[in-house]
Amino acid sequence: MKQAAIDTKDVRATSGPPVLRAEGLSKSYGPITVLTDVTLDIRAGEVHAIIGENGAGKSTLMKLLSGHAAPSGGTMKMAGAQVAFSDAVQAEDAGIVLVHQEILLAPDLSVAQNLFLGRELSRFFAVDDKRMNRRTAEVLARVGCTARPWSRVGDLPLAQRQLVQIARALLDDRKVIILDEPTAMLANDEVDALLDIVRSLRAQGVAVLYISHRLEEVEALADRVTVLRDGKMIGTWPAADLDQRQMAELMVGRELSMLYPPKREPVEAEPALMVEDLSVDHGAIRGTFSVKPGEVLGIGGMIGAGRTEMMEGLMGLRPAQAGAVRVNGKTINKPDVGTMMAAGVVYLTEDRKGKGLLLNEGLGPNLILQALDMINPGLRLDRKKELAATRETVKEYDIRIRSLSIQAGQLSGGNQQKLLLAKVMQANPSVVIIDEPTRGIDIGNKSQIYRFIDDLVRAGKACIVISSELPELVGLSDRVLVMRAGRFAAELTGTDITEQNVVYAAASSGNDTKGRKRA
Amino acid sequence: MSSAEIASLPESEGFKIRWGDLAPFIALGVIILLGTMINSNFMSANNLLNVITRSAFIAIIGVGATFVIATGGLDLSIGSMLAFVVGIMIMAMNALAPALGPWAIPAGAVVALVVGSLCGLLNGLIVTVGRIEPFIVTLGTMGIFRALITYMTDGGSLSIDRSLRSAYRPLYFGDFLGVPYPVIITLVIALLGAFILYRTKYGRRVTAVGSNSDVARFSGVHVGGVRTMAFVIQGFCVAVAAICYVPRLGAATPTTGQLWELQVITAVVIGGTLLRGGKAHIWGTVAGALILEVIANVMVLSDMVSEYLVAAVQGAIIIIAMLAHRFTSSR
Repeated sequence: MKQAAIDTKDVRATSGPPVLRAEGLSKSYGPITVLTDVTLDIRAGEVHAIIGENGAGKSTLMKLLSGHAAPSGGTMKMAGAQVAFSDAVQAEDAGIVLVHQEILLAPDLSVAQNLFLGRELSRFFAVDDKRMNRRTAEVLARVGCTARPWSRVGDLPLAQRQLVQIARALLDDRKVIILDEPTAMLANDEVDALLDIVRSLRAQGVAVLYISHRLEEVEALADRVTVLRDGKMIGTWPAADLDQRQMAELMVGRELSMLYPPKREPVEAEPALMVEDLSVDHGAIRGTFSVKPGEVLGIGGMIGAGRTEMMEGLMGLRPAQAGAVRVNGKTINKPDVGTMMAAGVVYLTEDRKGKGLLLNEGLGPNLILQALDMINPGLRLDRKKELAATRETVKEYDIRIRSLSIQAGQLSGGNQQKLLLAKVMQANPSVVIIDEPTRGIDIGNKSQIYRFIDDLVRAGKACIVISSELPELVGLSDRVLVMRAGRFAAELTGTDITEQNVVYAAASSGNDTKGRKRA
Repeated sequence: MSSAEIASLPESEGFKIRWGDLAPFIALGVIILLGTMINSNFMSANNLLNVITRSAFIAIIGVGATFVIATGGLDLSIGSMLAFVVGIMIMAMNALAPALGPWAIPAGAVVALVVGSLCGLLNGLIVTVGRIEPFIVTLGTMGIFRALITYMTDGGSLSIDRSLRSAYRPLYFGDFLGVPYPVIITLVIALLGAFILYRTKYGRRVTAVGSNSDVARFSGVHVGGVRTMAFVIQGFCVAVAAICYVPRLGAATPTTGQLWELQVITAVVIGGTLLRGGKAHIWGTVAGALILEVIANVMVLSDMVSEYLVAAVQGAIIIIAMLAHRFTSSR
């Protein structure tokens, strides 16, 4: 790798001057540093890819470059002159525009109205629709979008909307266009079309900064690749020097810590949960999986691969159909949260503030909400039992509080996560599905939660863990299923469970995963 | 933490007065004090009982509205629904009077409770199954109920049979140990409402749904069922109010219960229930209903302000209450 890093200088030396150059760019929020000392340059007529794991600092870097956030340290230069943007409008005026990952368009306005939103052309005192529609048609042609300027954006398919968003960025002449995961929501053939458009932008002399976690796209498209990891810059390489495998290794490149409990012995048992041909969101997400008692099944994959959707579909929280769902040998006909809980399956949402806890309620109401019927057989609420269960939970899960009357919203993230875990455990489940068990919580709480998971699996329960944090996925799982674009792309067991293998299966085209799967 | 420390964890942070929850009662006290200073007749037992009795309708309907609003819903149809239920009840009683005599009154009351609950069920099902905003649904049914009562009364009035009047009259004008029946009924309904809201699983689910329906759904709560049931409770409460209302005037007209929905919502909101749901105060609602009626009474007694301005003062009250809430809660 050292060798490759040295090569970087040669590439810089042989090409033209950079349109945009960042030197020692850093960003911290209070005491937390999310990006340190990033130096990179972007040249006209090149596609410069930025890759890294979730949380590596890609989005932060993009925000700094496009004026959406101000750097805490470092400088930016355009054509040799130092620049600083106080907001995104200034950056756009300077010729840098960020195309967001999410579609940020007003669905009820027409394409042209969206493109010119906030900068409408007028004639006398009226808006000049004719001129705007004509300009829109030109830009749409440039990005190969077949929508009409007067089409309502809400009526367009997702891919077309994404193109409209790119068209919006190109309405004025741009020197640098930053595409943040532009293909995250697109189907394969739509991705190909988009890549062609990016290539044509490059041919027109635009500098393209391309953020993606799909390594095959990066390999196919990029001229140079910059790798970020844990908020630090690892290096910049000519894309031709790296294959997908090497990119994955550069993105991960760290060792497993002692944070995780030792792995358990493999178990021989009938599956506690068996799901056959589950189809969620009208077939966008499909899969078959099972988990045994005493086993942690990890579900890996990039954000947007459909992991959460798969589990929400299983629990009847979004439209889904299943070939068969069996819990401890019993077939569940129409799974929903209630019937699954009664059968012994519970799901912990990744969105603990939005979907997990009632932030304005106390500990007790949150704790017993899920298992209300199990704790209270009659109509009446047994408040003594509620208080007892709350005291028990505070002790067992080590929730640090001063008073039992505290509201869930006042708890720290780690304590909230423990409360959420306790809440679903009130139903005494045999299968626990945990979506992002430690998102946004500190290391101490993390290791406690890992221990809880280990404890309950050793007690004979089955556990499914969805995680975007690779060390966690690798450290906890006895078996890992990797999802990619709504399907299971690979299954890893034993010593094959490595961060590199997960990233590779999650991000690559998957054409050669079969050989590696059981290497 | 040791288990001894856990066991000794205080259940609450000592005795701490929650001013936000007490606000409606304090406001009520202040207004009563003002009334006493303005007119000595205000404090007379006669006047006070009269005021409390008159606030019964808004309080009873308000208990139901507290449920609907606590789930994050809103029912604008309650005033019209009351008129419609009153109309149906009078027709039922009149039709049954020849056969049952005075027993037509309880029979008619049962009919009213059934019809009221069904009206609520209708609202609830359209909201939950049809997935339409409660505001729009009840705006629609408000028009429908109002038109139906106008049609039933033929634009005039629909009176209760003379033979039933004397038997039915005491329900509004009579008393038990000096406490007027409507006040007793209000107390019973409020106690029942408070029990359901604070002491049953259903009540817990009501606040959960209103607080965050996603959390409720992810916890396996049947959100649609909880919402629908709140509308049914609302309809039932409207019917109870209707049963108390008929002996007072003895007739239904196209203007019966007109604009009551605004008074009810005002009472609920100044009582401390959040309009976006999740926090519900049954007794606050009762206090809110009293505040509205006491203000009207004080104004009538005072001679300083025209009683034509009663609605303006009531309107100002809800705005002031909300502003006060905004400023106290943002701290």
